[in-house]
Amino acid sequence: MTPVLGAALIVLAALSLYAVFGGADFGGGVWDLLASGPRRDAQRDAISDAIGPVWESNHVWLIFAWVALFTCFPPAYADIGTYLNAPLTLALAGIVLRGAAFVFRNYASDSPPLARTWTAVFGASSLIAPFFLGDAVGALATGRYDWTSPFALSIGVFAVTLCAQVAAVFLLRETDDPELREDFRRRAIRATLAVWIAGVIPVLLAHQAEPTFYAALTGPAARIAIAAAMLLGVAVMLLVARRRDVLARAAAGAEVLAVLAGWFGAQFPALVPGRWTLESAASSPAMLEAFLIAAACGAVVLIPSLLLLFAVFKSPRAPANER
Amino acid sequence: MDHVIAARAQMGTSLAFHIVFAALGVGLPLLVVVAEGLWLRTKKRAYYDLARTWSKGMAILFAVGAVSGTILSFELGLLWPTFMKYAGGIIGLPFSLEGFAFFVEAIFIGMYLYGWERLSPRAHWLSGWPIAISGAVSAGFVTTANAWMNMPAGFRIENGKVVDVHPIAAMLSPPWLVEVLHTTIAAYVVTGFGAAAVCAYALLRRSAEDRRDQVRAGFTIAMVVAAVAIPLQWVVGDVIARFDSDNEPAKFASLEALFETRRNAPVTIGGIVTGDGVRYGIVIPNGLSLLVALDPNAEVKGLDRVPENDRPPVAAVHYSFDTMVGSASLLLLVAIAWAVTALRKRAVPRWLLFGIALSGPVSVLAMEAGWFVTELGRQPWVARGLLRTTDAVTIAPGLDLQFYGFSFVYVVLAATCWWLLRRVGTKPRGGERTDVSRSAS
Repeated sequence: MTPVLGAALIVLAALSLYAVFGGADFGGGVWDLLASGPRRDAQRDAISDAIGPVWESNHVWLIFAWVALFTCFPPAYADIGTYLNAPLTLALAGIVLRGAAFVFRNYASDSPPLARTWTAVFGASSLIAPFFLGDAVGALATGRYDWTSPFALSIGVFAVTLCAQVAAVFLLRETDDPELREDFRRRAIRATLAVWIAGVIPVLLAHQAEPTFYAALTGPAARIAIAAAMLLGVAVMLLVARRRDVLARAAAGAEVLAVLAGWFGAQFPALVPGRWTLESAASSPAMLEAFLIAAACGAVVLIPSLLLLFAVFKSPRAPANER
Repeated sequence: MDHVIAARAQMGTSLAFHIVFAALGVGLPLLVVVAEGLWLRTKKRAYYDLARTWSKGMAILFAVGAVSGTILSFELGLLWPTFMKYAGGIIGLPFSLEGFAFFVEAIFIGMYLYGWERLSPRAHWLSGWPIAISGAVSAGFVTTANAWMNMPAGFRIENGKVVDVHPIAAMLSPPWLVEVLHTTIAAYVVTGFGAAAVCAYALLRRSAEDRRDQVRAGFTIAMVVAAVAIPLQWVVGDVIARFDSDNEPAKFASLEALFETRRNAPVTIGGIVTGDGVRYGIVIPNGLSLLVALDPNAEVKGLDRVPENDRPPVAAVHYSFDTMVGSASLLLLVAIAWAVTALRKRAVPRWLLFGIALSGPVSVLAMEAGWFVTELGRQPWVARGLLRTTDAVTIAPGLDLQFYGFSFVYVVLAATCWWLLRRVGTKPRGGERTDVSRSAS
């Protein structure tokens, strides 16, 4: 493997982990916005408790991908920042408000009006951020930077449904209350249906209006990844319906990874289609080497820390020790 | 609004906002682990309550710091793509390393804030240390990138192209160490005085009579940090000024408002800066020559050595510098007064409590002014000698709208933060959702 490909895979890995875990946090916000029924408050509490300890570290995957992109592929980063300025700025506004609103509402629970306001902001911004990130990806993939094109917008919608699906599946294991769990199960099934529909629309739109990208989507690597994503989508539905919640989690995560792999496979070796390939945008070999060494050293600290965090908060319920 | 001005206004507002949260994000974890450590050692309830109260503030401030830092990392590309195209391949390494440090911070802050009931007291205390350490480390990495902007290093330009990149040499450009120290210590100065000011205010108002022990403990811990940090900051600041007089003459001449190169150069404080001199300033004859070289006859380079279109905005840099030094002087006096009363085991008099309450905002002022000095003092360059700010800006439209939008967001975030911090500070327990035991619902 060349250093260029290695760096690209690190960026892709960071983006993928952001899509799964950061995406699940956004999806949690979407379900917070859509919380309803007799257990509305319990749903919100379960979402808060699930997101609370991990959202900040999940969020760092995006920053890391962004920073790695400008370290390793600076001209591509400059073009993305320039031509996707509008959707990225809107996504950024969503990201900022989501994080702030989540903390604000958690610390304002004794002031109902304030908590209500920030809960609404939390839900709305959890829709806005993945929508515009997806939209930016769609606009980038076609190489036209046209973020208001139907195709780009449909990728935005697809991203939101994907986040909602992953979140609902993940939430199944975040509560011990059987009724609450069934609430999330219904939502997971509906969201999976929505993902199927929202996933077909961009393909149809690409077929109609984005011939270059459609041709790329039917290339071998992209075809395998898309087939895998579709199969995993079916698997999620079956596993959720049969109450195999742990396996459903894995399938939902893998489905998101397959979607990203499909995008990457369709674009490869272009980083910004029509303008930059991985090779032409790459930094000097010295910088890539330094980055890869730094990433290896960083991973030694990062991976055990992350595993520890998930072991403490995401393992099967350990009784809390009282003080 | 002019395109470049709009971009600079947005970047400047974002940084001015973020720097406060970033500094507290570096300093507060230290205060919290010290308080919790004292609780483990003495088993005094006041320390435990203090750690819990401070950690609630830390949660709110850290979240706002994290999201406002995200804005900055994006704005580098959204506002200054040409700069990043040049610089990313040279100075990207510390940003990537900072990414890892920030990761560790974010992971352990989750563990710490939500782990009060899940971890053993000792494990919980230990989970606070990585936040404190990686916070300082990540501030350090980011500052090395700023040092590089002041003195770009670690590459050559051949036929207009960047060649021969040495990422480590770029990261360790000449000013890196002094800048990193100055920035990191500033974080402890601001946190120390900031936290002490909150406690002093509560003591003055007698508003927390039921939690007097907790407030007193917090006051002492915070003042110790402040009183250690502020003299160190003076020493490092002096080293930086000398460094600048040798290596960044345009910035140095601007902050001292020295227009002509001369021996027996004076220190000029305040005054009205005109196009070619300072009027009505307080002048200390020979002061600058003495400060720079301990020799009244030493020659100090003035702005006349800097081509007209390479000069920073002299007045703004000079006033910012005077503001920084003036505020830092007040902070030093307050710290000394407190140290004297503490060493003589006297009660802190009310006038001093009042001074300490004021020194919270004053320390923020000092930090902001110091940051203005280094950023405005580097103009008109974004990377000195390499790329001008006007050439680095994006061609994307609509920057003024973005500026108003984000400014509005900052105002709302700041106001909500203020309101919530007052609330968590005055209510001993409750009001947050991190306490919940998730074992049964």
